[in-house]
Amino acid sequence: MSGTTFALLLGGMLAAACVVYVARPFLREPVLAADDDRLEQLDAGARERIALIEERDRALAALKELEFDHRTGKVSDEDYRALVSTLRADAARALKALG
Amino acid sequence: MAELGRAALIVCLGLSLYALLAGSLAAWAGRRRLAASAQNALVAAFAAAAVAGGVLLSALIRHDFSFVYAADFSSRKLPLLYTVSAFWGGQAGSLLLWLVVLTGMSTVAVIFNRYAAREVIAWAVPVLALVASFFAFLVVAIASPFATQAAPPDGAGLNPSLQNPYMVAHPPLLYLGYVGLAIPFAFAMGALLAGRTDERWLVATRRWTLAAWAFLGIGQLLGSHWAYVEVGWGGYYAWDPVENAALMPWLAATAFLHSVMVQEKKGMLKIWNVILVVLAFCLSIFGTFLTRSGIVNSIHSFTQSSIGPWFLGFIVAITLGSLALVLYRLPMLRAKTRLESAVSREAAFLYNNLLLVALCLTILWGVTFPIVSEALRGESVTVGPPYFNFFLRVFGLPLLLLMGIGPLVAWRRASISSLRRMLVWPALAALVTGGVLLVFGAGSSLPGLITYSFSAFVLTSIVIEFARGTEARRALAGGSRLRAFSDLVARNRRRYGGYVVHAAIVLLAIGIAGSSVYQTTREAKLAPGESMEAAGYTLTYRSLRTERRGNHTAVRAQVDLYRDGHRVARLAPGKNRYAAEQQVSNEMAIHTSWLRAEDVDVIANQVNPDGSVYFKVLVKPLVNLIWLAGLVFLLGSVIALWPDARESRRYAERYEPAATARA
Repeated sequence: MSGTTFALLLGGMLAAACVVYVARPFLREPVLAADDDRLEQLDAGARERIALIEERDRALAALKELEFDHRTGKVSDEDYRALVSTLRADAARALKALG
Repeated sequence: MAELGRAALIVCLGLSLYALLAGSLAAWAGRRRLAASAQNALVAAFAAAAVAGGVLLSALIRHDFSFVYAADFSSRKLPLLYTVSAFWGGQAGSLLLWLVVLTGMSTVAVIFNRYAAREVIAWAVPVLALVASFFAFLVVAIASPFATQAAPPDGAGLNPSLQNPYMVAHPPLLYLGYVGLAIPFAFAMGALLAGRTDERWLVATRRWTLAAWAFLGIGQLLGSHWAYVEVGWGGYYAWDPVENAALMPWLAATAFLHSVMVQEKKGMLKIWNVILVVLAFCLSIFGTFLTRSGIVNSIHSFTQSSIGPWFLGFIVAITLGSLALVLYRLPMLRAKTRLESAVSREAAFLYNNLLLVALCLTILWGVTFPIVSEALRGESVTVGPPYFNFFLRVFGLPLLLLMGIGPLVAWRRASISSLRRMLVWPALAALVTGGVLLVFGAGSSLPGLITYSFSAFVLTSIVIEFARGTEARRALAGGSRLRAFSDLVARNRRRYGGYVVHAAIVLLAIGIAGSSVYQTTREAKLAPGESMEAAGYTLTYRSLRTERRGNHTAVRAQVDLYRDGHRVARLAPGKNRYAAEQQVSNEMAIHTSWLRAEDVDVIANQVNPDGSVYFKVLVKPLVNLIWLAGLVFLLGSVIALWPDARESRRYAERYEPAATARA
């Protein structure tokens, strides 16, 4: 067998292996109802919930950050008192919205 | 075996195109199996690209000069290490490396995120496949590394300046950086296409962006060190378009890494962040275009270049397509919150972003202006270092100062009184540093003096941040200071890793200022036995020696370096003559004085037949801080990149509650 034929044979084997690997999801589940083949997607409700969770996490993180900044002296007592009530209200609102 | 390489590339192109088309259809129609099949195609494309890479590497190592590429970029006497690095020594090999790294990174990104944000992944796959298809097309149809010929007895060898250990690591690291930016780009586009404008794509790609940015940073520093020790002109950065090509995406990614924190903390700057990701990726493609199309040399070599027009078309298409998508999703990206105060952390990030992007765009203009001028007016114009140095000072110095102010300002708003209290020590350090340096005669350069003063400001603010943070942590959790310090860093690795990177940038700024504005340069023609002076050093030329070494002939001038009458070093600057490559390289000799914190660089610019030599001596204070900055940068990047199990759990609970429950 010449070098060229051998190389082409190897190339053909590579292509065949790739085709099998690409077809694998269909080979593993050859027959499926349309519903079972649906790509998992978030509905509007789930997206809204993620937005609320992000808001809650942001509000809680902001409170922690404020506490830390107050301790390190970046935020004065006066600024702390002014900000903490707003942030607590934000966090409470986000928690309530999540139920 | 060239046929195997060609076949593997055709398979890779076919798989990439399949992943693009099937992936788009699957994401659009919501087909799960088709989406999985497209993901598999992208993984298989990596396997095919790796086979093609293996074939080229094998041809180089076996000295199979029937491969035109192996004959053009290697030779029998080329050491093994450089034979391997010849892989990316030419255009076709570089493009193949791009393809291998891109498909490899895409595979890892897809596998790591396959259960997370499926609709984002479903769209990210065709975006990645689009980029892979472009590069696969180039190496299949335009610049194949597998062209063959009747094998000549020996190859032409590798450019001597590339025969350096740094050149083994520098290009692959830059490619890891360039290509790494494709992942956040693909996920950002995937999120927009899927209509998911929450932070899921940011969470999925945060480490990718950080890693790509770190690779680009380290790659550039290695490239600078290579230029310093190997190119033989005594400098480390010349604002060359090819150097700028790596700097621009790094600056855009730096802006993104900062502004993304504003989105995480405040839900703001969503549009800006997507635009920065697009900018960073487009600049990384533009960088590859600059280095590979020949456009840097002349617009004519660009039009004659086989890949130039394709690259230009791809960059235009990607830029316009991404911006159109951002415009389409604009209503979903608008922030609900606004900036509360111009004196706040988020405002500082905004100023930082404006300065970084302004610097990036002025560099881009400096790089493209000669090309545009030549294309439109037929005139070749050079934009030299004075232009870039001017804008580096205009935007870089305020950026340096902001690096010290930003971390000391509170989120949301900071009162002037607390800001004044926080800034008093850094400001004092800056003033004292400036005053002391003035007394010691550093006032000859105002930018140098400002750089040192600002650097003292930033370093003091970093120390204060660590010290106050440690004390606050200790007050909260008790324990020793060491424990509190390690807890502090472990609980917020990105922030404190970022501060370490800031310290690296300060070292870099000090090193650049010291070695450029306070540099001493002397030139003289010396015969054996003659001497010259430079910044307190005396250099005496002794003799000339020629010897055969491996694949080159080395000519070395033996010189003794004296300080205060004592010999401090015997140096051997000279030239290497490479017979196979028919090239000569300048081999600079460097003496590092750790005590005086400076380098003495001796260059034998011209070796004359009568034995006399034109020497150039450069004394560069603090230049080694630039390389130390590289190590500190690496440390900061590793801290920021280190996995955080607590954070991963939190994100998993936030975005994939069902998957978390299954686990």
